[in-house]
Amino acid sequence: MGRTLAEKVWDEHVVRSSEGEPDLLYIDLHLVHEVTSPQAFDGLRSAGRAVRRPDLTLATEDHNVPTLDWDQPIKDPVSRTQVETLRRNAEEFGIRLHPLGDLDQGIVHIIGPQLGLTQPGTTIVCGDSHTSTHGAFGALAFGIGTSEVEHVLATQTLPQSRPKTMAVTVTGELPDGVTAKDLVLTLIAHIGTGGGQGYVVEYRGPAIEALSMEGRMTVCNMSIEWGAKAGLIAPDEVTFAYLKGRPEAPRGADWDAAVAHWKSLVTDEDARFDREIQLDASTMTPFVTWGTNPAQGVPLAGSVPHPESFEEDGDGIAARKALAYMGLEAGTPMRDIRVDTVFVGSCTNGRIEDLRVAAEVVRGRRVADGTRLLVVPGSVRVRLQAEDEGLDVIFKEAGGEWRGAGCSMCLGMNPDQLAPQERSASTSNRNFEGRQGKGGRTHLVSVPVAAATAIRGTLSSTADLEEI
Amino acid sequence: MDAFTTHTGIGVPLRRSNVDTDQIIPAVYLKRVTRTGFGDGLFAAWRDDPSFVLNQKPYDDGTVLVAGPDFGTGSSREHAVWALQDRGFKAVISPRFGDIFRSNAGKAGLLTAQVDDKVVQRLWDLLEAEPGSVIDVDLIERTVRAGDGPGTIEDSFDIDDYTRWRLLEGLDDISLTLAHEEDIAAFEARRPSWKPATL
Repeated sequence: MGRTLAEKVWDEHVVRSSEGEPDLLYIDLHLVHEVTSPQAFDGLRSAGRAVRRPDLTLATEDHNVPTLDWDQPIKDPVSRTQVETLRRNAEEFGIRLHPLGDLDQGIVHIIGPQLGLTQPGTTIVCGDSHTSTHGAFGALAFGIGTSEVEHVLATQTLPQSRPKTMAVTVTGELPDGVTAKDLVLTLIAHIGTGGGQGYVVEYRGPAIEALSMEGRMTVCNMSIEWGAKAGLIAPDEVTFAYLKGRPEAPRGADWDAAVAHWKSLVTDEDARFDREIQLDASTMTPFVTWGTNPAQGVPLAGSVPHPESFEEDGDGIAARKALAYMGLEAGTPMRDIRVDTVFVGSCTNGRIEDLRVAAEVVRGRRVADGTRLLVVPGSVRVRLQAEDEGLDVIFKEAGGEWRGAGCSMCLGMNPDQLAPQERSASTSNRNFEGRQGKGGRTHLVSVPVAAATAIRGTLSSTADLEEI
Repeated sequence: MDAFTTHTGIGVPLRRSNVDTDQIIPAVYLKRVTRTGFGDGLFAAWRDDPSFVLNQKPYDDGTVLVAGPDFGTGSSREHAVWALQDRGFKAVISPRFGDIFRSNAGKAGLLTAQVDDKVVQRLWDLLEAEPGSVIDVDLIERTVRAGDGPGTIEDSFDIDDYTRWRLLEGLDDISLTLAHEEDIAAFEARRPSWKPATL
């Protein structure tokens, strides 16, 4: 019987397999950041261990770094210590680091692809759950905890039990103004936060193939939000074109050898998935969340649901709690919800195409009174590219704030946080209670919805904007 | 890591589903560079509320947390496990766990016992009716047990064999893997030259 893409990548990385034990998987690329690594390096030191393959390891500073005054020493002493600890560890263990101020600094899941390090058929791990982003290239990529970070540093391997496989096939074509983000939010609402648990998911079908690499990254990024171990997409000409010429992509004869291999990384026709789901992209519309987990979403044209409308008791109770936290009344049209802050950025939607889309919407318009627009590029390279194209000027002229690169308000670890009860429309990935700041209320949205919301001050799509 | 065989301690009913790791410990508490001291951030948003279960006696001395489904979803932060351990928890019982949280717990020595929804419901009812009731968690027999007489709750829990074995023996994963160093070196010798490298 044939094999799925995920099984092919898995099989290629099995160092050792033994009955009753997890497989020992080789890791091609280990990405490291300041928050989940200090205790791992400490563990190495106290056991007298080295980093086995510094040449397969890359570190950057992204989670807690400021997006204002990023050229100054970090003001918060605790954040500063964490960043300085990473710098000392990178130096001591011989690891390449892109620190704040470096041209290649940025969100770890944005710089990997940008440098061309994220390649088809590789295994990629990082102490961050959104590592699934790299699956867009046909890589098997997943988040790990700090003990596992230490394990990979010491051995370049991880013991892993073979996951089940799932296919998510998306047919049809996304309508105008409906994005990869709407697609994945629709999927998560359909299947629930635990629906992917224990599975590696392959996204496939015409609607997925039609996405740019950046759109594919947005979809794979949110695999973890419905519980999947990883999400991946078969590499194709779009993938190869994206990679060719990137600083760390193979060159010359190596490129040809790599592409020849990458072309074999597709699911065989006679392969079987443990579970299959089908969705039709042509029926999708701009999609937004109303609650406190990413599955609690509805079309923007819809209303805040009634807790009684849920079939399962547990979902009804969760909905009631979510509505209380979000300060929403059941039945309120989503478009009537006023938003205080719009956040455009994160590893989900902080790439150059996202910023171009946002700029196109706000060009020649003004951010609504009482609403704040925060635009945070995902990396320094994205920021510089956007500035080259004049996008920063468009945002600033509209009354928005243009910031330095980092994770920023996606998780509110730096000063970019919501105040209690402040409401955001956010292009990020999690609307959990307190995620963007204690008491903050998050609606997950696509980039065009975020930009249109900034202009109107209420959740909106671009179709709601007046012509200019 | 300390070995885990059995534990008996006060049960804490956390009547919530989808308790993600941001709720277990918000990001602003993740800035320490040590493995200890995260207990202060545990359930930070709820700890201000006097009616929150961990603010009440005798639950504040609890060591076995009983939570609704999808406990520990979301962020990969192992700090969530450390925060629970720092606050004295030895085991968490839930019908379903987030994958990464469960894996982290297994590495750090916090037992995650997966039981049926109905068992969680019965445990909640018991712990609320009789605060301070203890739960026995037995990893050797893979059982959870609470109450006495006709109302005794006893059921088996799921945990994979390999994690169970490591927890029972208190084994460190890295030493186990390094015993196969030759296999790793042999694999490395076979890797194609065009694979990505950072240096």
